[in-house]
Amino acid sequence: MHELGIMTGVVEAVEQAARDAGAEKVLKVNLAVGVMTEALEDALFFAFDVLKENTLLAQAQLEVDMVQPKSVCNDCGTEFDHDRFHVLCPLCEGANTTLIAGRELKIESIEVDLPD
Amino acid sequence: MHIEMNQPILAKNDGIAAANRALFAEKGVFVLNILASPGSGKTSTILAIIEALRDEFNIAVIEGDIASKVDSEKIKAQGIPAVQVNTGGACHLDSDMIRRAVEVLNVDTLDLILLENVGNLVCPTDFDLGENAKMVILSVPEGDDKPLKYPGVFQASQAVVLNKVDAMPVFNFDERAFRTSVRNLNPAAPIFPVSATTGQGIEDLAEWIGQGIRSVQ
Repeated sequence: MHELGIMTGVVEAVEQAARDAGAEKVLKVNLAVGVMTEALEDALFFAFDVLKENTLLAQAQLEVDMVQPKSVCNDCGTEFDHDRFHVLCPLCEGANTTLIAGRELKIESIEVDLPD
Repeated sequence: MHIEMNQPILAKNDGIAAANRALFAEKGVFVLNILASPGSGKTSTILAIIEALRDEFNIAVIEGDIASKVDSEKIKAQGIPAVQVNTGGACHLDSDMIRRAVEVLNVDTLDLILLENVGNLVCPTDFDLGENAKMVILSVPEGDDKPLKYPGVFQASQAVVLNKVDAMPVFNFDERAFRTSVRNLNPAAPIFPVSATTGQGIEDLAEWIGQGIRSVQ
């Protein structure tokens, strides 16, 4: 249920960026969301639709790029893709690994309509 | 027109968390963010930790709950400073709540702040509070499959506590399966089997926290 809180931040930041650019309308919002976060894709869309009413985003479309997890093994240097449940190194079975992708919660870019 | 933003969604929370972290570092206080389900024994575990470490360290507790002062009253009854944060419905603590709670505490004199997050294995995981470490508590009655159902919190934590191990005989809890799931998710995290009420295993957990405190002083 924290997707509403997350999306409130998105709407505020996007409105600010659109205003700074002199735009009257936001057409599209592109987010990057890591699979290792607790943000659910469906709940993000629901929250976006609720919160965009009466803002510059009222007619905006949401695109969510779900970023797949990736880690690096600090022992043997292997970079590997994995799911949410397995972060051991597939090559040396080492436990000393660092997540390098999959925890993103980021506004990547927006498309706006500028007045003529 | 296309505008590149490349901006963290939780930028506001992360900014305040960074300021909290800088304050904690400056004051040499170790801050532990404790995550668990309702009823898993967060407050009992905190009381057991306090008992084990209070002779050596000055401790305070920040209690997060949707409502009520029940938990902070229990801590204060032990003569330990406690601040109750009522989130008023929100499912997690955020960094601004911690900033305000810390203002009430005398941080200069503290070695350890225990943050009891709202009982929830999901949402608190995404919110950095400025803590030094996260610790998840799972209790035996909740079942050994929880790391498979809530991987995020087990992945994000620096230590895993398995509470109520004294109840193991009456629950069908597969400790080996639990350990395997946790190791796959988070190989570096130590697992502490404890019983907060009998005191079993608390010494090792307290030692781990003690090491954390010494590392920031």
